[in-house]
This record gives sequence, structure tokens and C-alpha cells, in this order.
Amino acid sequence: MLASDDDILGQAEAWTKQGKGVALATVIETWGSAPRPTGSHLAIDSDGHFLGSVSGGCVEGDVVTEALDVIADGKPRVLEFGVADETAWRAGLSCGGRIRVYVERIG
Amino acid sequence: MRPDLLAALNEARVNRRAAVLVTEIPGGAQRLVTPETLADDPLHDAIDAALRSGKSGMVEQDGASVFLTVQVPPVRLVVIGAVHISQALAPMAKLAGFDMTIIDPRTAFATPERFPDVPVIAEWPETVLPPMKIDRYTAIACFTHDPKIDDPALEEALRAECFYVGALGSRKTHGKRLERLAAKGFTPDDFARIRAPIGLDIGAVTPSEIAVSVLGEIILALRKKPLRVEKAA
Repeated sequence: MLASDDDILGQAEAWTKQGKGVALATVIETWGSAPRPTGSHLAIDSDGHFLGSVSGGCVEGDVVTEALDVIADGKPRVLEFGVADETAWRAGLSCGGRIRVYVERIG
Repeated sequence: MRPDLLAALNEARVNRRAAVLVTEIPGGAQRLVTPETLADDPLHDAIDAALRSGKSGMVEQDGASVFLTVQVPPVRLVVIGAVHISQALAPMAKLAGFDMTIIDPRTAFATPERFPDVPVIAEWPETVLPPMKIDRYTAIACFTHDPKIDDPALEEALRAECFYVGALGSRKTHGKRLERLAAKGFTPDDFARIRAPIGLDIGAVTPSEIAVSVLGEIILALRKKPLRVEKAA
């Protein structure tokens, strides 16, 4: 089944209760043709498990990597992805849009 | 995010209550705002608008940026009639993310064997709907053709301001239905909110195709921004 926000935030809470480090990534802005709407979530645990999506699968790998750093140091980050931003990030969105993703630690 | 804020967000969702998480970007300071605490919040106008639209987004105010994570109740779909169309609609609605319930007092129709995907309640709509607390995040589709079953559900749906109210039946059937509703005090404004004949006009023939047309019409009612002319009217 597809994961709804219900599952994603519920899973984030469940992971936290299990004592895992958890980060939540949220699409906070989109420009042009972005695959997932503003407010979409991706929950990541300290073992690298994740649920949800912030793009069509194009940038999730990089978000998970950053999320592990956020879990480690607790500092929220704003990530930006897009075809116009070739230098900053390896990953790009093939659709030509741009997105900003906020990544925060739970707890 | 503090664990108590995450727990509060999840709890609000489970109990069909609206909530908005306000996050300062990039700093990360957060607070949870509910309709009850909205009036006291410095961003009440922006949050009020976000609750109405149901959409998350960035807000700029006094040189600061905040992100509003907007959570409104998940959309429910209540289907009146455990009929063939409902059997086709049940798995589709589940896949599309709707929380569907079927109501039909006819126990021969309303069996769990016929509906493995969704809850089926073998009771009269006027008994079941009031405790369900249907609201404007609820869609109602009436499929029985039987005024004894469909009419009370339509009346409840109109009173509860459900965002989608649909009723199966020909234009002639619908004309008679409106006469009955008028006799109960409903007005032409109410009639305009009933989608009948039900479903988008895609030439649907089979029960599955009709289910697609109804699901499409529900998504249209939920998602599409009103056209400017519709807003003005």
C-alpha cells in the first residue's frame, strides 16, 4: 500500500518510542513541476529505514544521508534540490522543478 | 520536533481534529495551533486561511519565515447501498486513500463477504449517521434508488455540509427526489449541492466504470479550485 501521512507521522512516533533516532523531512516549497506537493513527509530512522517521499524517488537517497547527520547533531537543515542547482547537490529532479526540504530531528 | 508535538499531531488526526504545526525556518522553533487556540496566535489570519484550504505552506511575516504543516481530517466516504457499484468502488476508494464505510439496512446486501475491503453497517442511515458525526470532510454517495434509504442520508449530508453529496438515479428520479426534499424544507441552494445524476460524464456503463466516474467526481469536488465565475456566483 501507499504510505499516507497517517502512516508516516505515526511511524515516526513509533520509532521514537522504540528509542530510535528519528528525523522528519518535509517539502516546504516547490517551484515549477515538482513531483510531491508542499507538506509531503519522509520519516527516517537512525538505521536508515524510511517511509514516505519528498520527490518521485529522485532525491530521497540524499535526504536520507542528510537526515542521518541531523539525527546525529540535532541541527535542522534546509536542503534545496533542482536542475538549476547543479553544484550544491548531486541529486537532481528530472522533471525540471525545484524543491526545498526541511529536515529536523524528533526529540 | 518535540515528541509531545508529534504525539499531539497524531492524536488530532486520529480524532478527526484539525491542527497546524508552525515551524520557524530555518531556526526550528515550533508550536501547535488548533482551532481552539487560533484566536490568540500572532499568525491567526494566515493559519485560519491555511485551515480553510487544507494546504501546508510557507508564510512570511515581519521579515521572518515560518512553515505551516496543515493537518485537516482525512476524507471519509460514506456510501449508502451495499450494491454492485459499491463493490467496485470499495477497493478503488481504499487505493485512493479514502476512509470508506457502507451503510445498507438490507441485511442480504450488507454482508462482510461481499465487501472484504471496507466496513459494512447493516442499519438505517438515520440511525448510523448522527453518531458518525459526518462533517465537511465527508463525502456521501447514495446508490440504493430507494427513497426510504437514500432520502434520510441525503438530508443528513446536506445538514452536515458534506463536501460531496451524490445520488444515483435518472433526471426523472432526481426530480421526484427534489420534490420530497422541498416538502421537508430544503431549498434550491441545497439542491444545487446534490450531484445527480451521480458521477462525471465519461460514458460509464458497467458498475466498475460508474465507480470510477463517482470517485473522479469526489476527487474533483475535493481538490479542484473553484473557478473564478463559480466563486463570484
